[in-house]
Amino acid sequence: MNEEQSVAESPLVLQKLQENYADALLAHEETRDGVAVVVGKDDAYALLEYLKTEAELGYTYLVDVTAVDNSQLESELVKYDYARFMVVYHLYSYQGCCRLRVKVPVHERDLRVRSVTSLWRGANWLERETYDMFGIAFEGHPDLRRILMPDDFDGHPLRKDYPLRGRGERESFNFETQNV
Amino acid sequence: MGLDFGGARNLSADSGFMDDNIITTTIDKVVNWGRKNSLWPMPFGTACCAIEMMATLASKFDLSRFGSEAIRFSPRQSDLLIVSGRISIKMMPVLKRIYDQMPDPKWVISMGACASCGGVFDTYTLIQGVDQFIPVDVYIPGCPPRPEDLIDAVMQVQQKIAGGEVPKGIEVAV
Ligand code: SF4
Repeated sequence: MNEEQSVAESPLVLQKLQENYADALLAHEETRDGVAVVVGKDDAYALLEYLKTEAELGYTYLVDVTAVDNSQLESELVKYDYARFMVVYHLYSYQGCCRLRVKVPVHERDLRVRSVTSLWRGANWLERETYDMFGIAFEGHPDLRRILMPDDFDGHPLRKDYPLRGRGERESFNFETQNV
Repeated sequence: MGLDFGGARNLSADSGFMDDNIITTTIDKVVNWGRKNSLWPMPFGTACCAIEMMATLASKFDLSRFGSEAIRFSPRQSDLLIVSGRISIKMMPVLKRIYDQMPDPKWVISMGACASCGGVFDTYTLIQGVDQFIPVDVYIPGCPPRPEDLIDAVMQVQQKIAGGEVPKGIEVAV
């Protein structure tokens, strides 16, 4: 794929999204590695499904699901009505050889986000990790358990208000209750 | 024979009877000699240090020169636990269980900064030194330690065994 094509490919996504999901798009940006869009929580699932199934785009590969805690970043908070978290989906299209980042602002008062496991089965563990680290509750997930931390762990360690050295788990963790 | 069991030789040299064929020693010395030259390590490699451990076992550094090449992934057949890498609070029960499953006498090498004290990872999830939970006989500093360091640690364990030292994990009734 040559330079010209890849430059031309990126806006196609934007074009199409602006045609079909103009209301849902809160922001968009062309980044060094592709395109990033910010989408409202209620439209996110439909938009992701569109990106995957639309023949001309073909974002069939879900690279990663993660989140960002913006609670200490005022400049980001003001942009999206003080939504504390941003759930991020990284997509890749083998067809266009291009990447796309879909970001979804999530308020702390309502941490529910619709699971995309029905679109990509690979989202299963990725969403579990995001739940484990940030406490985002993915609705419709078949098995939303912690994946990295022990089952009896308290809290979500990648949140900014979680102390780096923990809350004494290193000394107080339980030898007995864990499945060995 | 060229082996020194530390016992008296040729007790009745004047008779010529036991000249070159018989040596006398104590059973402890023979057993320890055997133990020290046939340590069976149980590798517990969880991070980058394990790569150095593999190098130590492979042909270039060749731990088998010291009789310790028989790596056993079954704790019940090993007597030397090499903890090489970061141990998280979720992994610690596994490590403890493996240590408990090893038959006595058993020795433990804590390889690298992470296993010994948490290293640079002073975070919520990482055990700050496995010696809080299992007894460690030899520590190796470094991040990662070179294979020579691991060989040195194994030789230190050998010295301890040869000297009849009791492993840290065994409680001796006084
Ligand atoms: S001590 Fe260094 S090399 Fe060894 S596990 Fe830790 S970070 Fe890796």
